[in-house]
Amino acid sequence: MSGMTTRHGPAKGIGRWLFSTNHKDIGTMYLVFSLVMFFVGGAMAMVIRSELAIPGLQFVHPEFYNSMTTMHALIMIFGGVMPAFVGLANWMIPLMIGAPDMALPRMNNWSFWILPVAFGILLSTLLMPGGAPAGGWTMYPPLVLQTGDAFPYLIFSIHLMGISSIMGAINVIVTIINMRAPDMTLLKMPMFVWTWLITAYLLIAVMPVLAGAVTMLLTDQFFGTSFFLAAGGGDPVMFQHIFWFFGHPEVYIMILPAFGVVSEIIPTFSRKKLFGHDSMVYAAASIAFLSFIVWAHHMFTVGMPLSGQLFFMFATMLIAVPTGVKVFNWVATMWRGAMTFETPMLFSLAFVFLFTIGGFSGLMLAAAPADIQYHDTYFVVAHFHYVLVPGSIFAIMAAVYYWLPKWTGHMYNETLGKTHFWASTIFVNLTFFPMHFLGLAGMPRRIPDYSTQFTDFNTVASIGAIGFGLSQLIFVLVIVTAWKGSKATDRVWEGSHGLEWTVPSPAPYHTFETPPKARIANEAFE
Amino acid sequence: MTTHTEDRYYVPHGSHWPIVGSAGLLLLMVGVSSWLNGGDAGFYVMMAGVAVIIFMITGWFANVIGESQAGLYNLQVDHSFRQGMFWFIFSEIMFFAAFFGALFYARNMSIPWLGGSSNNFFTNLLLWQGYESTWPTNGPGGVGGEYEAMPPFGLPLINTVLLLTSSITITIAHHSLLAGKRAPLAIFLAATFLLGFTFVYLQGVEYVEAYEHMNLKLTSGIYGSTFYMLTGFHGMHVTIGAIMLTVIFFRVLKGHFTREKHFAFEAVAWYWHFVDVVWIGLYVFVYWM
Repeated sequence: MSGMTTRHGPAKGIGRWLFSTNHKDIGTMYLVFSLVMFFVGGAMAMVIRSELAIPGLQFVHPEFYNSMTTMHALIMIFGGVMPAFVGLANWMIPLMIGAPDMALPRMNNWSFWILPVAFGILLSTLLMPGGAPAGGWTMYPPLVLQTGDAFPYLIFSIHLMGISSIMGAINVIVTIINMRAPDMTLLKMPMFVWTWLITAYLLIAVMPVLAGAVTMLLTDQFFGTSFFLAAGGGDPVMFQHIFWFFGHPEVYIMILPAFGVVSEIIPTFSRKKLFGHDSMVYAAASIAFLSFIVWAHHMFTVGMPLSGQLFFMFATMLIAVPTGVKVFNWVATMWRGAMTFETPMLFSLAFVFLFTIGGFSGLMLAAAPADIQYHDTYFVVAHFHYVLVPGSIFAIMAAVYYWLPKWTGHMYNETLGKTHFWASTIFVNLTFFPMHFLGLAGMPRRIPDYSTQFTDFNTVASIGAIGFGLSQLIFVLVIVTAWKGSKATDRVWEGSHGLEWTVPSPAPYHTFETPPKARIANEAFE
Repeated sequence: MTTHTEDRYYVPHGSHWPIVGSAGLLLLMVGVSSWLNGGDAGFYVMMAGVAVIIFMITGWFANVIGESQAGLYNLQVDHSFRQGMFWFIFSEIMFFAAFFGALFYARNMSIPWLGGSSNNFFTNLLLWQGYESTWPTNGPGGVGGEYEAMPPFGLPLINTVLLLTSSITITIAHHSLLAGKRAPLAIFLAATFLLGFTFVYLQGVEYVEAYEHMNLKLTSGIYGSTFYMLTGFHGMHVTIGAIMLTVIFFRVLKGHFTREKHFAFEAVAWYWHFVDVVWIGLYVFVYWM
């Protein structure tokens, strides 16, 4: 219980949030923001699935449908998943490494407060002449250049999201490298901290590249440059290369922190140490490295030299090796453990199983000759939703259930939590599993209508989607009612270990103002 | 426990600068966007945004400089700033990498393909008959019309010498600071930012020359696009760097920085070297080769 002297409490009123330099407050704001965006993006998914429930056009105009797919993706990626993980990082990294706060607290505030501006601008495009962006979140030219008044707003909102992410990532790296408790060496760091360190590096490396790519779109549109214009010596395909040089690492930006979360939770509820901690670190680093040299597997059908196709195919398949190491280690951690199945553990187990399904369909897509068949079909939609929804989002939910007692000081309602878990898991599979079959049968993505042969699976998927959407209301109920739950102990979970469990629940406004000894936490476990 | 001691990591008690910055960004981005869409009022909104951001930067830095002079920052805080600056510069390098990537892709991939290389025989035959791939080029469509390419020897070479010299002068200034010699520190720092501003001025002269006499414009196909975007963003960074050097210069005159603690000085020096290295890449790949 070292370093508990309270310097001062939170400020009063709205100023507490507007001017905050406290990692816990900022983490809370990130998490609440991402929850709001999760529902905004989710509402758009409901529009999409309602339209696709039966063949024909029933509810929306095709262009608005295209806006919905585009905005759904942008909001879920940049507003839902990424801020949720940054929120978890803000809350947990200082607690896990024994730091008084994030290394650069004022910049931390700015990283967050840029986000509402960015998404305010992005969402306002829904009301503009020409509608919201509808060319897909990948913003390929020349299609994206047909966007109406929304175009510059789209570009600048992407810039703002990038600035926010880069500042957040710099803060995470500096905090981890510079603020650890004295005897916490790098390889003693919890896996969540490790995966975030690697993620932050990826963010700083690729978000500026995205900024460059969209800047070129902007100048092509308004200032007459020829980056993506063949007549001027440029190439629209060049945009795809630059975009996916960002886009593929971005995929791992959204999954590596999820790996970290699951690597924290499975040991706790297996009451064993994480199997192969160091190999997990090397696997995450290998995945990060490989993420830079596989981007063109998103563009196998666009035209590239055969040598390029072969290189990107084999490099992509190589990722299965470190990912396999991770899945193996999670399973090995559970092997002969004294397992219990509280809600965070349930979400983590579902993560391991369902993420692996997404991984396998990824391997199928990695094979260039097969991808030519699968490209731009619902098989791709099934694949990336399996890694993102029961992957990233389940990990975020697992993390919220796992750490909510530490944040609020109260236990959530376990029955409600388990109801939320089972409803989510059943409906998520009902939504996305049939999409594999639709894709293999040839249904293209990003189209509001389809041939009648695809009706049955689409109806099932739409029922699943509505069910999944409604299930998330239980999640909100769990969070709201958690403030009235039974008092949580400091340790919260019987098998938990690590510095975050040595501080009281709820965690005081200021923690570790003088550095703790990491040994205390390790001994607690051994 | 209200006073901060050097042995404790300094965590500020809240700050209103970030939210001011966000408001500035909102005005800036909305202003630029509506201006680009043809709304005249957008320009004024944009300028208001710029003003708010300048106000924010000035206030935020004044705040930090004040805290630094008050001795609130211990060595660990200093390390945080250093590492933060390092990663910021890394992100800037990756931003330039996107534009260098575009340049290399155009020169090695898209232009040869338009000329019919690899398996693109029919692209050339059917779409761009008679186009031969060369560099520099404004593409098979001759976008922007006839132009002259910027020769590497002349103003660009003078600019290279200026920037390389400024890298030496900032290093001399740094060594003077470490040796505790304040006069040469100030003199060489002044020399550095003067060289920097001269570079920016000459770059402006070069642009005027290109626009008025060589018909080399931003719209001159892929050559004009890469030329102006790379040199333009670089010039913007030189301007920012030179302004930061000026700020550091006046701080030196006020007696700031010690032999042991001078993060801001080093951060600006790193930034200046970064700008210098990018220029070498530019000079080699944009002007020369």
